[in-house]
Amino acid sequence: MRSLRKTIAGGALTLLATVLLGGLLSATLVRMAPGFSADERELDPHLNAQSVHALREAKQRDHNIVRFYFSYMNRALHGDLGTSLALGQPVRTLLRDRAPLTLRLLSTGLALAWILSLTLALTSAWLRLSIFDALTTIVSGTFLCIPAAVLALLSVLWNVPGSLAIALIVFPRSYRYASNLLMKAYSRPHIVAARSRGLGEARILFWHVVPVVAPQLLAVAGVSVSVAVGAAIPVEALCGLPGIGQLAWQAALARDLPMLVNITILVTLVTLLANSGADAMGQVLRGEEA
Amino acid sequence: MRSASMNLGRKLACAVLVLVLAASAAANWLAPAGYARQYRDATSAPPSRTHWLGTDEIGRDRFARLLYGTRISLLLAPAAAFLSTLMAAFIGGLAGYLGGAWARIAMAVTDLFLSLPWLFLLITARALMPLNVSPLVSVLVTFLLLGLLGWTTAARVLCTTAASLRSSDFVRQARAVGLPGQRLFWIHVVPNLKPVLYAQFWISIPVFILSEANLGILGLGVAEPMPSWGSLLKELEGMVSVGEEPWKFVPLILLVVVVTSFQLLLSRQEEIAA
Repeated sequence: MRSLRKTIAGGALTLLATVLLGGLLSATLVRMAPGFSADERELDPHLNAQSVHALREAKQRDHNIVRFYFSYMNRALHGDLGTSLALGQPVRTLLRDRAPLTLRLLSTGLALAWILSLTLALTSAWLRLSIFDALTTIVSGTFLCIPAAVLALLSVLWNVPGSLAIALIVFPRSYRYASNLLMKAYSRPHIVAARSRGLGEARILFWHVVPVVAPQLLAVAGVSVSVAVGAAIPVEALCGLPGIGQLAWQAALARDLPMLVNITILVTLVTLLANSGADAMGQVLRGEEA
Repeated sequence: MRSASMNLGRKLACAVLVLVLAASAAANWLAPAGYARQYRDATSAPPSRTHWLGTDEIGRDRFARLLYGTRISLLLAPAAAFLSTLMAAFIGGLAGYLGGAWARIAMAVTDLFLSLPWLFLLITARALMPLNVSPLVSVLVTFLLLGLLGWTTAARVLCTTAASLRSSDFVRQARAVGLPGQRLFWIHVVPNLKPVLYAQFWISIPVFILSEANLGILGLGVAEPMPSWGSLLKELEGMVSVGEEPWKFVPLILLVVVVTSFQLLLSRQEEIAA
C-alpha cells in the first residue's frame, strides 16, 4: 500500500514537472519566433502615443521568458489564464466555451475507432480466415497512409461528421495493435485447447482472452488519446468546427503567446493523464490477474 | 504462403518506388515547361493530350507539378529521416550507453516531446517559423523541422537497445580487458545499433511524407509556386463533389501508393531489426 502511494506520488510529480516544462517549452518557442516583438496594434492610427507606449511596455514584460512564465503561473494559480492577444478575450472563457465541442468530438471519435477496431480484430481472431485478415489489413493500411488533413477534407466533401474523420485517423493505429494482441492471445495453447473442447466463444473471450490483453489494450487506448488530440487540429481547422483544436491552430498562426502556453499545458495534461490513467488501470488489472 | 506473398508485395513495393523515383527524377524531360509555367488560356482545364492531369485554377500543368512535387517529397523526406535518425542515435544511443543521470536527463527530454501530440508540436513549431520566405527556404525549413522534431521515438528505442548492449557479456568483457569507453562505443556498440537505426530511418520516411502533406494542406508547408504533395492535396479543399473533377485525386492516390510501398519495405526492416 505504501509503495503504491509512493508510486502515485512519484507519477504525479513527474506529470506536474512535464506539464510545466511543456508550457515553458511552448513559451520559449513563441518568444524565439521571428517577429515576436512586432505588434500590429501599434499601427492603429486611432491610438495615441501614450497607448502605443503602454502596448510596448506590456510587450516588454513578456520579453524575459522566465519572468513571463512565473508571473503567468502565479496568475494561473489564482484562476487568471491571461487574455488572448489575437482574439482579445480571456483565455479561460475561450477554453471553457470551446472545450465541450472538442470533448464531444474526441470522445465520439475515439469510441467509434475502438468499436470498429475491436469488432474487426475480434472477428479476425475468431474467423482466422486469411482473406478477411488481408482485407482488414489493406483497409487499415490504406487509412494509415492517408494524411489526417485529407481525411478532414474528405469529411467536409462527403458531409460526414468530424468525429468520423477522427475515428478513421485513430482506427488503423488501434486496429493493428488490437489485432496483433488478440491473435497472439488466441494462439495460446490453453485457448486453442479450450476451443477444441467446445468451450463457448464468449466464455473464452471474457475468462481467458480479456484478462491477458486488457492491460496492453489499455496502454494503446491511452496513446490513441494523444493521436486523437493531434488529429483534432486539422479536423477542426478544416471542418470549421470551433473547438480547442481550431483555437490552437489560430493561436499558432497568430503567435498568441498566452493562448499557446495554455493550450500546450492543457494538451500535455490531457495526454499525460490519459497515458498515466491507462497505465494505472493496466497495473491494477495485472495485479488482479497475478 | 504468407511469407511468399509478403516477399512478392515487397518486390512490388520496390518496383513502384523505383518507378516513381525515376519518373520524378526525369521530371525535366517529361515536363520540360516546368512546374510554374502558366497556360493562361487553359485555366482549370480537364485532362487532355497536352495536360494529362489538367491544369489548376491559375493554369499550371498538374502533371508537371505532381512530378516535381514528388521529387521534392521523395528526396527531402529521406534527408529529414537521416537527420532525425542521426539525432536519435546521438541522444538515445549515447544516453543508453552511458546510463545513470545522462540517460535520465535524455529520457526526460524525450518524454517531454513525446507528451505533446506529434501534429500539435509540428504545427505549432512550423507556424512559429518564418512563413513569408522564398519557396526554397520554406522547403528547407519544413523538412529541417521534421528532422529536428522527429527523433524522440527513435531515441527511446535506441536508448533501450544501447542500455541492453551496455550490460551484455561482450561489452563487459571488452571493458574488463581495458578497452577505452570511446573505442568501445564506436567499435562494439554502434555497429550493433545499426539494424535498429536502419529500421528507424525507414519508419521515419513515410511519417515525414505524411506530416509534410498535413502541413501543406494547412498552408504551413512548402511555399508557392514550388509544388509538394501537401500543396497539391490542398486543391481538394475547394471541391464540391468527388465526381466533379476526379483527376484531382491522382496526387492522393500516388501518395497512398508510395507510403504503402514504404510500409511494406518497412516490415522487412523491422524483421531485420528484431
